[in-house]
Amino acid sequence: MHVPDGFIDAPVSLATGAVAAAAVAVSLRGARRELGGTAPADGLGGERTAPLAGLVAAFVFAVQMLNFPVAAGTSGHLLGGALAAILVGPFTGVLCISVVLLMQAVLFADGGLTALGVNITDMAVVTTLVAYGLFRLLLGVLPRRRSSVTAASFVAALVSVPAAACAFTLLYALGGTTDVPIGKVFAAMTGVHVLIGIGEAAITALTVGAVLAVRPDLVYGARGLTAPLQLRTSPLRPGTDAAPAPDAAPAPGTPEPARSTRRFALAGLLTALALAGVGSYYASASPDGLEKVAHDKGIDSKTEEHAAKDSPLADYQVADITDGRISGGLAGVIGVGATLLVGTGVTWVVVRRRRDRAAAAAAETA
Amino acid sequence: MGAGHSHQLYVRGHSPVHRLPPHCKITAVLCFVLVVVATPREALWAFGAYAALLAAVAATARVRPGFLLRRLLIEVPFVAFAVLMPFVAEGEQVRVLGLSLSESGLWGAWNILAKGTLGVAASVLLAATTELRDLLLGLQRLRLPPLLVQIASFMIRYGDVITDEMRRMRVARESRGFTARGVRHWGVLAKTAGALFIRSYERGERVHLAMLSRGYTGTMPVIDDVRATRAQWTYAAALPLAALAVCLTGRTLT
Repeated sequence: MHVPDGFIDAPVSLATGAVAAAAVAVSLRGARRELGGTAPADGLGGERTAPLAGLVAAFVFAVQMLNFPVAAGTSGHLLGGALAAILVGPFTGVLCISVVLLMQAVLFADGGLTALGVNITDMAVVTTLVAYGLFRLLLGVLPRRRSSVTAASFVAALVSVPAAACAFTLLYALGGTTDVPIGKVFAAMTGVHVLIGIGEAAITALTVGAVLAVRPDLVYGARGLTAPLQLRTSPLRPGTDAAPAPDAAPAPGTPEPARSTRRFALAGLLTALALAGVGSYYASASPDGLEKVAHDKGIDSKTEEHAAKDSPLADYQVADITDGRISGGLAGVIGVGATLLVGTGVTWVVVRRRRDRAAAAAAETA
Repeated sequence: MGAGHSHQLYVRGHSPVHRLPPHCKITAVLCFVLVVVATPREALWAFGAYAALLAAVAATARVRPGFLLRRLLIEVPFVAFAVLMPFVAEGEQVRVLGLSLSESGLWGAWNILAKGTLGVAASVLLAATTELRDLLLGLQRLRLPPLLVQIASFMIRYGDVITDEMRRMRVARESRGFTARGVRHWGVLAKTAGALFIRSYERGERVHLAMLSRGYTGTMPVIDDVRATRAQWTYAAALPLAALAVCLTGRTLT
């Protein structure tokens, strides 16, 4: 989706050009830090930037030519913003996509020269920043595992493409040269790009997963997930190495499992409560498709009222509270609490019984 | 840099346009496109004048019209968009050939088509008369950050290498009987992309080490520094200045 000349008027083109220039300037500085490796940014690391970023840009350029067949002869290709951000970091990502766009405009006449600012702002800056921000956010919430990196990259790529479409619609609203109503542009752009985003998300997640399986240290977004190397003495020759290797300090990024499960449970509980209490404010009045269809077609006229219809929480409302929304929210919270209690109780009983049985089995064998 | 490094759009030649310093040409094209974009769309004749100007440049550069027209095909997706525009835009409706079309939509379609085509044609002419390395040197002379130019030059130099790497992987896949036919095969293709990334990154590290061992300190030496004379600047400025004259008359007339 390269915007040609004349699509966006001159003032907005110049303004986005300034935005793009600023973004590239910031990214140049940031990329030096990201690609510098372990060396200090001003020392040996600085000159790594050009070859590495250049090769990553060449990779993005090449991977955009890799066709992914969808069905019936149609195929799509990767846009690469989210992928670059996750693999090499947000600054380098912005930089590489910008360079690719610049070269496409100058060498291949793909995308107008005056629209370069629009293209960079839209496809390099917005895509990469949205993808990376969301990716970091999700990684903070999800458990620290390799599969959550894949899941987070899926969601990040999925959202980044429609986000770019929204940004384009905004630019179009500011400086579009035709008077197609904004609503139509928005609907068309977002509709198409949600579909593209699904493909982009699947491919990005699969690619990140493939790199993670081979060289997890190369994935910028997964730094800190790798366990530190441990020095172990050989079990075959115990005599040669008398001094035991010092115990590797626990990785700063991997907390002990007990705390991680507790944190996970707590986060899950909070999410459930928030969804039940706040989310139900905005829930549709006819939430169940089946109920609605049944009601519309008159199928449900024969159904009998539920046996528990007189219970204080019937129809997801708390009795004696007249405000529908608060009542719904409260019923949700009470429901979550009750489910949690019952669930914990059942699990507790099951675990207890299994432990007793295991203890009995151990006593028998002894 | 031998012939292997010249890109597909480049047309070898020794015309006056080929000999102009690259930064003059880039500036001229950029100014020309800016002037075109700023022209009111009602000045129909102005766009004809712009096209004539570009045709004159193409004739001076000895770029064949067929080549230029073929390269314009890159614009096709947006032509489709422009064709849709009269049907979806709102405003007064006019009847053309029994179809009810929006008048402002027609103007919008014309606007995109004319300005987009002129912009693409100007860029194609620039790429056809300038070699890759000159283009990068020109960007550097225009005070683009040197690091950015270096990244771009690495991308251009290794673009073919990486694309070839991808082609070899495709040959390897196909020689093992694999053809991607649908969504179920995305996993294999994604693994290809992942392998391509690892290979590119590792190649970047090797290139960096090789450059360090040859005394690289973060800047590239400029061997042939082209400076533009005043005459060359005036020659290059002929195109945007003529366009500016057309634009100003167009603005006063409409």
